[in-house]
Amino acid sequence: MTKKQKKMLIRIIVAAVLMILLHFIPVNGVLRFICYMVPYFVVGYDILKKAGKGILNKQVFDENFLMAVATIGAIIVAIMGEGDYTEAIAVMLFYQIGELFQSYAVGKSRRNISELMDIRPDYANIENDGALEQVDPDEVEIGSIIVVNPGEKVPIDGIIVEGSTALNTSALTGESVPVDVTVGSEVISGSINMTGVIKLQTTKDFGESTVSKILELVENASSKKSRSENFISRFAKIYTPAVCYSALALAIIPPLVRMLVLDVEPMWIDWIYRALTFLVISCPCALVISIPLSFFAGIGGASREGVLIKGSNYLEALASTKYVVFDKTGTMTKGVFEVQGVHHSNLEDSELIELAACAESYSSHPISKSLLAAYGKTPDIKRVTDVKEISGHGVTASVDGKQVACGNSKLMKSLGISYRDCSHAGTIIHVAVDGEYMGHILIADVIKENAGSAIKALKNAGVKKTVMLTGDSKTVADSVAKELAIDEVYSELLPADKVSKVEKLIEAKAEKEKLVFVGDGINDAPVLSRADIGIAMGALGSDAAIEAADIVLMDDDPLKISKAIKIARKCIRIVYENIYFAIGIKLLCLLLGALGIANMWLAIFADVGVMVIAVLNAIRALMVKKL
Amino acid sequence: MKKGYKIEVDCANCANKMEDAAKKTEGVKDATVNFMALKMIVEFEDGAEPKAVMKDVLKNCKKVEDDCEIFGI
Repeated sequence: MTKKQKKMLIRIIVAAVLMILLHFIPVNGVLRFICYMVPYFVVGYDILKKAGKGILNKQVFDENFLMAVATIGAIIVAIMGEGDYTEAIAVMLFYQIGELFQSYAVGKSRRNISELMDIRPDYANIENDGALEQVDPDEVEIGSIIVVNPGEKVPIDGIIVEGSTALNTSALTGESVPVDVTVGSEVISGSINMTGVIKLQTTKDFGESTVSKILELVENASSKKSRSENFISRFAKIYTPAVCYSALALAIIPPLVRMLVLDVEPMWIDWIYRALTFLVISCPCALVISIPLSFFAGIGGASREGVLIKGSNYLEALASTKYVVFDKTGTMTKGVFEVQGVHHSNLEDSELIELAACAESYSSHPISKSLLAAYGKTPDIKRVTDVKEISGHGVTASVDGKQVACGNSKLMKSLGISYRDCSHAGTIIHVAVDGEYMGHILIADVIKENAGSAIKALKNAGVKKTVMLTGDSKTVADSVAKELAIDEVYSELLPADKVSKVEKLIEAKAEKEKLVFVGDGINDAPVLSRADIGIAMGALGSDAAIEAADIVLMDDDPLKISKAIKIARKCIRIVYENIYFAIGIKLLCLLLGALGIANMWLAIFADVGVMVIAVLNAIRALMVKKL
Repeated sequence: MKKGYKIEVDCANCANKMEDAAKKTEGVKDATVNFMALKMIVEFEDGAEPKAVMKDVLKNCKKVEDDCEIFGI
């Protein structure tokens, strides 16, 4: 608790104790009034003071003014009536308890969320004459060498120049499996060094480092306000004056009608009391606090899971996602080409790959890299002679004295060798030895392990249609789409085509249904910004992606997309619960108050109780781990 | 030009009022107050002097919510 809060708590306790004591002390008349005014001023003096200042500044409808009028009114009613001052004091007391709770809860969740995002490094270690010196990360220049000990946070992005270790990136990605890094690996700030001492050469300023970018993004996120938030602030502006004028009307019109029209007793006191209960209910606090708090908690919880949402408005839009459009390479597939299989081979599979890898060992083509990766060893180049690279066809070479031809179907045709076509999508490498066909190797992009379950999860989360866009060939695209059960696929698209396809999809859908585009952020920035919501994935360390997207997935797990949607849905559900609950209870209490059924005790519940419940409900938005 | 300021304010509705007050101040193009982050982001009109404008902003904010503070002006 802060000093301010502690002081308030003491005032509340003192006033409450005094009130209970006064209940047992039989005093009457003026003395009774004076006695009861003591706890009233103890708990409410600041409200009265603020109310006075508010009037001077022409701010009539603020809650201090309302509370002051309501309680002073109740005291006057008490003087005129049987002298029960407890109600007025209780209203002030509970109002202050509510305010205290609110400031405590908000402060608590503010701290909670900043703890969740506790990735800001406090210092960087610089080696100075063999001794380590701790300096402010802001002061470290690009290209400096910094030392990160086990247990410390990496303060600035850099490349390892000495040592190897395992890094925990869970604060950034939500992924708890450590990443092994060694000399030459790029290291991202905000990750925690777990095992060994490493030396880094920094590649960025602290301000440009990943950790700073992320913190800035999360801190600014709730400044982009959602429609619900704007609705509430507009509502609050109308609600309070409306209730105040109704209170005035309620105090004057019914008694006048009774007196002049019905010719019965006007019952001024009774109607004024009802009007005062109105004033107590008129504070919009519950709504005004709980809505931004829900969004703040939702965004905070999401960032803990490695989903960075750049604004409450995007969170809100994400909750009504009906269409999800994917890029293929890097999003649904890993974007690396691997040997997927060896078919129709007359030799052992490994032997065929060995021959191909040897023949291709001089080539710098991506295909040869995939072959070498599958071979797993460095081929002995002394075995390979007489290499001929035929552009657009393949390679011929002599391996261990055998004439090996390695390439596509054009190469086989030109050599007059009969080959067998492959039924799979991907790049096919035919291999022939001494003019005899030995089979082919299939090289293809690898589908991400979670891609299939990600599509299923999206469907379960209520997504109507999934679409995949790719610049890749039709056969490859179709086979990926089929395997993942994606509804629609458009292949052989240029980047500009992707934009126009997304535009068409946006036109075809209903206004309220949102379209999400998911890409790796590398060359799809135009599409990311054109879609209702652009999600960049695997964006750790890619500034361009972080800039272009509305939502950033820190790692490249496609399952996070449905997770993000679920987080958004939960948060929006809580927001609506709070809106309906708070407005509903308040209207009900206003109605009961007007009819004379509700007294001030119920009114104070409608104000403070509803606010407490709404705030507690809002904090639930932080809990997203199990979604 | 946009600038961010740390603020102190006790209630969310008061934060909304500060936002309105800041928006209406001369020299301010747009302003948002983020109650949860206790931050005010002010976009200034071209040619406006932030320091002078922010003094007016604080004055106007004090009018609507006596108990508020803007830091780093």
